[in-house]
Amino acid sequence: MPSLAIDQVKVGYSNLIILDDLSVEIPEQKITTIVGANGCGKSTLLKAIARILKTQKGAVYLDGKAIQLLPTKEVAKKMAILPQSSQVPTGLTVYELISYGRFPYQTGMGTLKVDDLKHIDWAIEATGLNPLKDRPVEALSGGQRQRVWIAMALAQDTEILILDEPTTYLDLAHQLDILLLLQKLNKEQKRTIIMVLHDLNHASRVSHNLVAMRDGAIIEEGTPEQVMTQSNLKAIFDIEATMSTCPFSNNPIYLSYTLSQSTKHMVQNKKSG
Amino acid sequence: MSAYVEPSLEVKKKGLKSRPVIATIILIGGIIGLLLAIGISVSIGAAEIDVRTVWSAVFQYDSTLVPHQIIQETRLPRVIGAALVGSSLAVSGSIMQGMTRNPLADPGLLGLNAGAAFMLAICFAFFPGLPYIYIILFAFVGAALGAGLVFGVGSLAKGGLTPMRLVLAGAAVTALLVALSEGIAIYYRINQDLAFWNAGGVSGARWENIKIMASWVILAILAAIVLSKSITLLSLGEEIAVGLGQKTGVIKLFGTIIILILAGSAVSVVGAVGFVGLVIPHITRFLVGYDYRWIIPCSAVLGGGLVVLADLAARMVNPPQETPIGALIAVIGVPFFLYLTRKGGQPL
Repeated sequence: MPSLAIDQVKVGYSNLIILDDLSVEIPEQKITTIVGANGCGKSTLLKAIARILKTQKGAVYLDGKAIQLLPTKEVAKKMAILPQSSQVPTGLTVYELISYGRFPYQTGMGTLKVDDLKHIDWAIEATGLNPLKDRPVEALSGGQRQRVWIAMALAQDTEILILDEPTTYLDLAHQLDILLLLQKLNKEQKRTIIMVLHDLNHASRVSHNLVAMRDGAIIEEGTPEQVMTQSNLKAIFDIEATMSTCPFSNNPIYLSYTLSQSTKHMVQNKKSG
Repeated sequence: MSAYVEPSLEVKKKGLKSRPVIATIILIGGIIGLLLAIGISVSIGAAEIDVRTVWSAVFQYDSTLVPHQIIQETRLPRVIGAALVGSSLAVSGSIMQGMTRNPLADPGLLGLNAGAAFMLAICFAFFPGLPYIYIILFAFVGAALGAGLVFGVGSLAKGGLTPMRLVLAGAAVTALLVALSEGIAIYYRINQDLAFWNAGGVSGARWENIKIMASWVILAILAAIVLSKSITLLSLGEEIAVGLGQKTGVIKLFGTIIILILAGSAVSVVGAVGFVGLVIPHITRFLVGYDYRWIIPCSAVLGGGLVVLADLAARMVNPPQETPIGALIAVIGVPFFLYLTRKGGQPL
């Protein structure tokens, strides 16, 4: 099982530093969700873990080795990434798109071998996409499309799955549908899942481990019970929340909330992202 | 989980497996069509020569016969040149569209052709009589100059490079480079030399040039085919490609080099012919699907065919005068461009 540790990383875009001296460990075979306000650096952290953004200082360690020093194809056999709002090229069928998940295992012109076909079929099965596999991806609904991307990541056959806001733009039922699918993959196959979610109640419901961020730093990290508290929500989002318990997971959720005094001011000065 | 899928969608079991078949048919059909077009193009001209003579001129060349000489020295290099130019432009357009996910990417629209033509003007003005083997190198540099300026100007704007912004930058840079080329042409009195280049004709093609150009073009197209799988991956988005373990920087570098070689080669023979690199990749994608392993070879064949036919038409529209080949292709290209821009230039 690959282990993942982020050690004192400094990450940013050209001269804008988003994360500085940030360290966190990702527990194996668990679901870890990064939460926080817009622009707090959670997507940046996810991209640094996924080696999409290079660290200016520090490093991300996969199995104890710095990820930037490992051959990128080898990393791709251990770690699959689902970026936010992936645009689907027109004309590609579900099956074709999913088959690109086998790229890390291919050499030369990339013909699919028996082993590749097995993994693709399995990924299609696991995501319930069998009836749709010959349809063009652009003809699918948002929820179905997200399943296709997840299937592509599954075809990659990695221990670690990284997802950036996998439920964005989906309705309530489809959001949960995706989350339960991820939960199932974690339970049945012990895959480590790292994701960014906006919905705190969803995050609390499906995660073993929450990482709460604000202004590029980690405010709190731990089980949903430890992180989802009234005082933490105030510290992370500047909101006054009324807490309750999820009847399905027994994890804490918020019932509703109001803005703290200082919030309006903060919102105005915040960069979106 | 099965309840998730509406039953009405459980139809259509085609598409995927037939794709390679369709692509193979297009590839083989395209090659046959291209050879036919080359044959017709060679037989038609100011001097009527029948197909049998064409055949013997190619395969049993007799230098004492005038028709054989016409075919070997004038018509054959011309038509081969046309085919190579079409293939180059179409393949470079395909790679550009795949790498940038920009449906309006085209060596003409994004300033590569104008850059190469500008360097040709410099060659004629300052190094007259320079052998073609060096001229083509200048054309590569010129294509890089054009592309560099367009991407530089385009990325200065806030909000980064959108397909539309790149096309606008391309238009501005093209206008500048064309003006500079013309200025050089007038000042150094090389109008005549440049005229046939800028009109975009293949009439000036000579064997010794075509041979040099052909070796570059064939090498670049082969490299493009080797790279095609990676280009498909890149067209899914850079982050997806990185996640799947692609060294995107390396692929982009090689892709760019191939584009510059192809666009530069084409311009060094015929001048700035636009729209081939825009239209052909779109048509090819429509026919063979999204896999660049098929798009690239099929674009090469279809692009070659288009320019051979355009060259044929150029000679037949108003004989014995030649209509500029660039104008003929623009007749197809401009409406197509307008159609694409109306679609809003959405990323591929």
